[in-house]
Amino acid sequence: MSENCIYIARSSAIAARALAGEMMVMNSADSTFFTLNEVATAIFQAADGHTPLREIVREKICAQFDVDPEQAQADAEQFVAELSGHGVLIVSNHPLAAEAP
Amino acid sequence: MAAPRKVACVEIGGIPIALSTCDDRFLDLLRQRYNGFLSSSPPEFELEFDLTDTVPVSDDDVSVRREDNNEGNKKDWLIERGDFCARWNPRTGQGRVRQNANPYSLDSVLRILHSLILAERGGFLLHAASAICGGRAYLFSGVSGAGKTTMTRLAPANITLLTDEISYLRPSADGYAAFGTPFAGELARAGENCTAPVSALFFLEQGPENRVDELTSAEALRRLMRNILFFAEDHRLVEKLLATACDFVARVPIRRLTFYPDARVWELVRNFDRDFGRGFDRNFQGVPEHV
Repeated sequence: MSENCIYIARSSAIAARALAGEMMVMNSADSTFFTLNEVATAIFQAADGHTPLREIVREKICAQFDVDPEQAQADAEQFVAELSGHGVLIVSNHPLAAEAP
Repeated sequence: MAAPRKVACVEIGGIPIALSTCDDRFLDLLRQRYNGFLSSSPPEFELEFDLTDTVPVSDDDVSVRREDNNEGNKKDWLIERGDFCARWNPRTGQGRVRQNANPYSLDSVLRILHSLILAERGGFLLHAASAICGGRAYLFSGVSGAGKTTMTRLAPANITLLTDEISYLRPSADGYAAFGTPFAGELARAGENCTAPVSALFFLEQGPENRVDELTSAEALRRLMRNILFFAEDHRLVEKLLATACDFVARVPIRRLTFYPDARVWELVRNFDRDFGRGFDRNFQGVPEHV
């Protein structure tokens, strides 16, 4: 998958709460529970389905955290792949419509 | 003609559920197992048990999901594991269970049903021992081997054991209340059928000394969620459960309790309120924000 055309959206099957700078995410499909750190939370919150991941990394990560852009992009792609594997994020080469719960 | 059904009403956490069966031996097993939790209150819910041939207790994953019934868009809960299958209509409060006469299957069905009822009512079942000390309930949670049963074994004689395995929690006017349950762990002893306001939740770790440490609100919530018994594949209920857990973290002091396994740890617990105060809202460092 080309990194320039990754779009991400939050799954409708999850419940999430932000607490003390961390995002608590629970997947209703299997009751698995995840805690996201600040950087991951920023990506998760920006996962609107139509903003490319590269733009999210540039605007929400590199602009707010002291990170190397290439490393940030690589880390973001890995994070997205992991959460996608757990059904928390939906990933596509095309813009995604928001999922109705 | 079918044999008449006989009923035992079992009230756990203040929620009476009528359990009916045609099988006298199974009825005896019910009454024996839940002795101390039998109730004459009008039942809020009913489960009819149909016994099947012996099937061993299963380690298969349980499946708890909603499924269309014959009433159009109304949905039943379908609860399945290798050793039982239950269907329960939350609107009518009635359900039917097919299982063998194994008490462990029976416990599992009841625990799952209570977890569904509690989730709707802002409560939950927690993998934790609990006991009443000085009129207040203390919860001790942790992974298997962390010391839940050890804590109950070390408890002084004037401590009332609510459970050594599954704690039953419901919201109350001033926080949360813990109720005794018949669901026993290694101690193999049912809890007392009584209730008390929750004073604190401790996550247990064994160590060379007794000490109580603060947890951040995020860490408290993380540990809490990992120990809540919840099985339902249902988005709305999962959202509700997460909201309940956040509320619990805001209203109940949650600490890490490192303990050396001797009776002195109970002095620490007994003095918790005096030393740390009844610190409602003390866990929170920020207001949880729904996403």
